[in-house]
Amino acid sequence: MIRIAWLVAVKDLRIEARSRVLLWQVLPFGAMALLLSGLALGPTHAGHSTAGPGLFYLVTLFVALLMINRSQGIERTPGTRASVATLGLDPAGVFLGKTLALAIELWVSGVVLLCGAVLVLHTALHGALLALPSIIVTLGAMAAAGTLYGALTSGGEGAATLLPVLTLPAFAPLLISGERSFSAALNHGALWQWWVIVVVALVAYLGVGILLYGVLEES
Amino acid sequence: MVRLDDAVVLSNGFPLLSGVDLELVAGSLSVITGANGAGKTSLLRLLGGLVALSSGRGTVVGIDLSEGDLRHLRRRVGWLGHEGSFYDDLSVRENLEFAARALGRPTQAIEGVVERVGLTHRIDTTTKQLSAGQRRRLGLSWLLLRRPELWLLDEPYASLDDEGRTFFDGLLGEVVAGGATVVVSAHDPLRSAALHPRTLTLAGGRIVSDVA
Repeated sequence: MIRIAWLVAVKDLRIEARSRVLLWQVLPFGAMALLLSGLALGPTHAGHSTAGPGLFYLVTLFVALLMINRSQGIERTPGTRASVATLGLDPAGVFLGKTLALAIELWVSGVVLLCGAVLVLHTALHGALLALPSIIVTLGAMAAAGTLYGALTSGGEGAATLLPVLTLPAFAPLLISGERSFSAALNHGALWQWWVIVVVALVAYLGVGILLYGVLEES
Repeated sequence: MVRLDDAVVLSNGFPLLSGVDLELVAGSLSVITGANGAGKTSLLRLLGGLVALSSGRGTVVGIDLSEGDLRHLRRRVGWLGHEGSFYDDLSVRENLEFAARALGRPTQAIEGVVERVGLTHRIDTTTKQLSAGQRRRLGLSWLLLRRPELWLLDEPYASLDDEGRTFFDGLLGEVVAGGATVVVSAHDPLRSAALHPRTLTLAGGRIVSDVA
């Protein structure tokens, strides 16, 4: 399982490095969304810093949806699906590999957007650094849930429309916990209760994915 | 190697195959012909464990299509589709390395199979930059690397020039002589007189002609 996970993750990251969809399409979109959010809030710094964590996670959600679609899209060509199916890859390994690759892409996006939040939304740098561990875990959980739901909608008509609708219940607790945790970091509040929610969600999504990804692929 | 009894495959209630009886022995070459929509690709996909049997019975390489492990079956068949079978943003070498590593095979064999299909000069080219004929050759190298027991080739002659077709015929002869079973779908019967394939004609999801 681990060998297949590593193989799939390296393959997905290599495809991303070659196609540069994240670099030239998704990140500029994220940066633009963050900038427009800052402009929409007006010139007051106080409003920016209060809304910063929420806007950071909102833009991260948009970026994540694009990257989930991309992650499943590279497997979606009928010929590729059939050829790769005849390799008989362990579905749990495929799930973990795609989750790892997506998580790395989201972590890169998260760091870029966090820098954007500091620059555009005037988010305090020390608070952003304090929030970084919780952001990493939250984005990891989003990658696991996104890979799972991406496989669920993959191949169906209107997958790009269906994905945000289906992932909303899975992402909602992550986004709320992530935002609360980020705000707590900025205001020197307690972080641990939000950590519990995110870590439990991460473990749950990984467990469900390992068990069910094969069923979703077959369906 | 292959046995189907009254095999039916449905897609959203529509019959893709509507009662196919078929028996193929190991080391044979069969060509499935028929008009568009006759069920050629569906039959190949059924044999590869890529679609489920809706009713009837079938075994492929000793694995029951209704109750057996289709994932295990898929590892024992090779598929060459007409849509293109690879990751477009990976090079020829990277695609083959992925397949070899996934199957736990040594990667040293890659250069040999690439040379065998005449793609050595394109080995580090990304797949999306290959011509349709070169993609087809990449598909062949993928199968040569795997050496499956059952080769399922969906319209492999599409996009091949005369030289490519001759090369392909020669390769099929070698593969069959090596003991593998090959099933090819094609619009027209094979041109090569040396291959002597069994020709099955499909119409409306049924075999309507079987010429040995």
